[in-house]
Amino acid sequence: MTMAKSNIGALDKIGMQIQWNRLLSVVEEQAQTLIRTAFSTSAREAGDISAGVYDIGGRMLAQAVTGTPGHVNAMAASVNHFLAKYPIERMNEGDVFVTNDPWLGTGHLNDFTVVTPTWRRGQIVALFACTTHVVDIGGRGFGPDGRQVYEEGLNIPIMPLAMKGEMNRLLLDLIAVNNRNPVEVEGDLYSLVACNDVGCRRLVAMMDEFGMDSIETLADHIIEASRKGMAEEIAKLPNGVYRNAMRIDGYEKPLDLVAEMTITDDTIAVSFDGTSPISAYGINVPMSYTDAYASFGVRCAVGGAIPNNAGSLAAVKITAPSGSILNAPHPCAVTARHVIGQMLPDVVLGCLHQIAPERCPAEGTSCLWNPVLLGGHGVVDGNYGQARPFAMNTFHTGGAGARPSKDGLDATAFPSGVRNTPVEINETIAPLIFWRKEYRPDSGGAGEHRGGVGQIMEIEHAQGAPFAISSMFDRIDHPARGRDGGGPGATGTIGLKSGRAFKGKGRQTIPPTERLLLQMPGGGGLGDAKRRDPARVARDVANGFVSVQQARADYGVVVDAEGSVDPAATQSLRGG
Amino acid sequence: MAALGKSVRLAVDIGGTFTDVVLEHDGRQTTAKVLTTPAAPEDGVLAGVARALADAGLQPADVSLLIHGTTLATNAIIERKGAKIALVTTEGHRDSVEMALENRFEQYDINIDRPAPLAPRQRRWSVRERLNVAGDTLLPLDETTVEALLPLIEAHKVEALAVGLLHAYANPAHEMRVREIVRAAFPDLPISLSSEVCPEIREYERQSTTCANAYVQPRMARYLTELDGQLRAQGFACPFLLMTSGGGLTALETAIRFPIRLVESGPAGGAILAAEIAGEMGLDRVVSFDMGGTTAKICLIDDGQPLSTRTFEVARAYRNLRGSGLPVRIPAIEMVEIGAGGGSIAHVDGMGRLAVGPESAGSVPGPACYDLGGERPTVTDADVALGKIEPSRFAGGSVKLAPEKAAAAVAAAVGGPLQMTTPIAAFAIQEIVDENMANAARVHAIEWGKDIAERAMIAFGGAAPLHAVRLAEKLGLNQVIVPSGAGVGSAVGFLRAPISYEVVRSRYMRLDGFDAAGANSLLSAMSKEARAVVAAGAPGAAVREIRLAFMRYVGQGHEITVPLPDRALQPEDRSSLRKAFDEAYAALYGQTVPGMQPEILSWTLTVSTVAPKAAPVATPKAAGSFVDAPATRAVFDPAVQDFADAGVFERAALKAGDRVAGPALIVEAQTTTFVTSVFDAQIDGRGYIVMTRKQG
Repeated sequence: MTMAKSNIGALDKIGMQIQWNRLLSVVEEQAQTLIRTAFSTSAREAGDISAGVYDIGGRMLAQAVTGTPGHVNAMAASVNHFLAKYPIERMNEGDVFVTNDPWLGTGHLNDFTVVTPTWRRGQIVALFACTTHVVDIGGRGFGPDGRQVYEEGLNIPIMPLAMKGEMNRLLLDLIAVNNRNPVEVEGDLYSLVACNDVGCRRLVAMMDEFGMDSIETLADHIIEASRKGMAEEIAKLPNGVYRNAMRIDGYEKPLDLVAEMTITDDTIAVSFDGTSPISAYGINVPMSYTDAYASFGVRCAVGGAIPNNAGSLAAVKITAPSGSILNAPHPCAVTARHVIGQMLPDVVLGCLHQIAPERCPAEGTSCLWNPVLLGGHGVVDGNYGQARPFAMNTFHTGGAGARPSKDGLDATAFPSGVRNTPVEINETIAPLIFWRKEYRPDSGGAGEHRGGVGQIMEIEHAQGAPFAISSMFDRIDHPARGRDGGGPGATGTIGLKSGRAFKGKGRQTIPPTERLLLQMPGGGGLGDAKRRDPARVARDVANGFVSVQQARADYGVVVDAEGSVDPAATQSLRGG
Repeated sequence: MAALGKSVRLAVDIGGTFTDVVLEHDGRQTTAKVLTTPAAPEDGVLAGVARALADAGLQPADVSLLIHGTTLATNAIIERKGAKIALVTTEGHRDSVEMALENRFEQYDINIDRPAPLAPRQRRWSVRERLNVAGDTLLPLDETTVEALLPLIEAHKVEALAVGLLHAYANPAHEMRVREIVRAAFPDLPISLSSEVCPEIREYERQSTTCANAYVQPRMARYLTELDGQLRAQGFACPFLLMTSGGGLTALETAIRFPIRLVESGPAGGAILAAEIAGEMGLDRVVSFDMGGTTAKICLIDDGQPLSTRTFEVARAYRNLRGSGLPVRIPAIEMVEIGAGGGSIAHVDGMGRLAVGPESAGSVPGPACYDLGGERPTVTDADVALGKIEPSRFAGGSVKLAPEKAAAAVAAAVGGPLQMTTPIAAFAIQEIVDENMANAARVHAIEWGKDIAERAMIAFGGAAPLHAVRLAEKLGLNQVIVPSGAGVGSAVGFLRAPISYEVVRSRYMRLDGFDAAGANSLLSAMSKEARAVVAAGAPGAAVREIRLAFMRYVGQGHEITVPLPDRALQPEDRSSLRKAFDEAYAALYGQTVPGMQPEILSWTLTVSTVAPKAAPVATPKAAGSFVDAPATRAVFDPAVQDFADAGVFERAALKAGDRVAGPALIVEAQTTTFVTSVFDAQIDGRGYIVMTRKQG
């Protein structure tokens, strides 16, 4: 029972796959380190981070599966900018590099990207990169009101964060004096360094164990296998050109997001030619971020099981004309670029829906409804008095679009993968009372499969002071549309509970003793609502997701509040 | 009661398939394995107990202690066969338990669903009241809104009630008043208060835990009371204790009040066994490895203590992924569970990558080699194809294996697509599953700031001894131990567990405003509560207390545990706590963060009896000599990457001190230990198989 020589090739193949799995495990360890040590809420509660490993040519080989698609290929491209400024031969052992430039990193100044070379036996064998969102970067603070990036805070060009093992104190001091939360932000920078360190150590151990001199053979294998995997997935789709457009609220005027998707044998190309031009406010999207969310949308329907790396990412090519809101040039204001960027999966899924409807959900709320809440002198209109100053960014969301064979998820983030922050924790961070946080009935788009419902929040200052909200919301004027005959989700509203409506974007003040009321949008429905099983409508009514009135008007189902259906009346209402 | 002070201790572990019984008496062990009887689990228990007693020649009255662990609570949640519950919340907040974290636990799959809440929206009702973070009343409880619930409880035929009001961890008064009012109308309705089940900040996890407790309570109360009654009727007069997920024992009354603490007690028993073995062998750093039919569990044990946690998920429904189950915050032994067992199915994906698990063939149809209709290759099929399992000896000969079916399944699903010979394809399956476990162990270790290297591995469970040595090779470990009775490891572990109880409280405190008096009054109340529970199970026993603070830097989101001194705190302890926090933080994350203040969120206090020590056993003094193999078999050896002749030994025939050179198979009734060519094995004085890496 001896092995033929031809088995050597087979064993190499197993070995290669094991090394690939190990590399995925290494970046997972890297990411866990960042999540466990981070200070900003978005990283620690919401998992809004990225971590990955690159070969010395700057090709991404593996990326941790974390809470946000927004960094996916943004970070992948970023490493090449670092290498252009600091070529491998100019790096010293113990050097670590950093930037938060929106056009070199992941799209706004709050995101710091850190790159660390991995040294083994006196040579650089790989690079680790990671990204996190820090709580403050000076300037106007986190909001959409900036007119140019200069107003939005401190911009750090690509430069050393550590040199030969020593942290760059000059840079840290500079960041600290320009920052409202200097200690937390410095803590986050330490976390970024620590997480890359863990990655480097694990990679060196892995190379020792497998006796690898370099990772290039493995890199070639990963990239080639992933490229082929994507090609096979794309080949299952009919070649052709598919178009879709979606109108959203924008800041000063509505915006059209226009996509043309061209599918060839092994590539999906998306052009956003025809999309509205840049805004005068901070909702503009740098190209890297457009690339990230548009690609993510495609990958939700095509090749989602294939790991992210240079091979799989290359199969989806995203372009947008410079000067459009999806390829905003410096010095556009970009802080709230997520509001627009997170809409892109809906747009590209609308293209794919024409050829693969069984894989595409209806439109949803899509952009997060994170109330950025502020209290203190100078941030509210009126006198803040002696109340406790605060700044908080809580994570919340409306309903998601209905899915091809299922209802949409109620109050659940898509495409973002972040987690919410609990009310009880929010109330420890800020002197606020969250009086209400409940599902919003009748907000899900009607359909054979119902759109996810949004939620309602009511918030009041606990000490009788005014407070401010920095609004970054969409789908207030333009709802999430259904597909295949499904109805739209409800639009969102923001304002005072006593009646006055607020704008969807920009900083506004809630007067003392008034309650802020947020009614978050619902997702679009899928398919004809009249075809929905009356029993499912009845269950929604019993659970209060759908009212008796909406059941009758939109679904043609006659049902009482306890969920008992009147079959005869329903049949006659539905037209037999 | 027990005759003449002789200790006769009995442990029963109800698992999904088998109910295991271990009887320890006069330093001997008698074991029994019977089929679990899901309809009336007490039948299986009584049958197993009767068999073990008969084998040992003992009577019920001779037994001095009876310990029981069961997966019934877990199964009730997984199978959704619990009580019809309702949840009472603060007005405006009835949906927290369904909104959960508002996220998707898997990014790229649009079709995922979060687990449905145990209390559907139509049975989530609210009352008007509101507390703030400090527990102060913003709105007093409007009792008319409580009374308005009474007809609903009736109309919906609610079988158990959960109450989870905002900030109730800081002040239980409103929850207690709700209970009073409801109890006056429904004296027999079980009511779980979040301020008692899980008095911790974060409303979703607290309510989820409270609902889970209410959900399993009627069934568990009925079962435990029934079993207790039947045992008494048969003549058992000894204390009856229950194993908890935290690895401690608790009395019947507490188990009936907080049955959620009984979930996953079987795996906890395994970890306790490994901790005990670590102690008796003097091993400071251990990783326990338990691999069964569907999953593998890995637990880190330092200085004889398994890692503990308060974050735990039941019924992970989506590929065992974090976030796909229901969170319960209870004291639990921390372990990572991977969808990797003997029944895990191998397949080739679209990119030509071989994947193993988490899908499992279960026991029906089972692996292809069971010849019960399974056609897809499993880990067990790969083990058979590699020669690691003697087909006639599997599971004590109770399942006759068909090796040709294993080979055919491996060839069809893996060998063909990947153009590999059958043995290489089987080897690939083994390598991938072992690698998956190794990676999970490494990531788990880093999440806890631990290093996996330099540990000894203790392996038990049906499939673990087949894979342990290869896993150890991948993790760079030098020593692997397979204890005796590995097949009933969890039940043996029950007998080693202390009687203990953990109490948690959330009380926010910044270290720069450290309030020693406030902390002391909190901790002494907790101590009193825990001691009362322990005293009920072990009257008059010597106990010890472990006090921990859950701390973080102001502004961080994840707490780390910091040990507190077992005495009253002084104002000066602010600096010793700071030092302890810095040390714990640096140990986890490499360095502290300059200039940051720590804060305390929660406190736990555990009272436990000092666990009985196993009788010391002489270890073989002589080096021992290598034993010749009575038979050999061709087994695929990973290091050689080819078949090699492996000695086949009967475990029962090996004596203390005997050495076995790898590659070898050591066969026993419930499992087989595979010694690779890189390791040698020796039987120690306790009868354990101790395998060490060959020198040079």
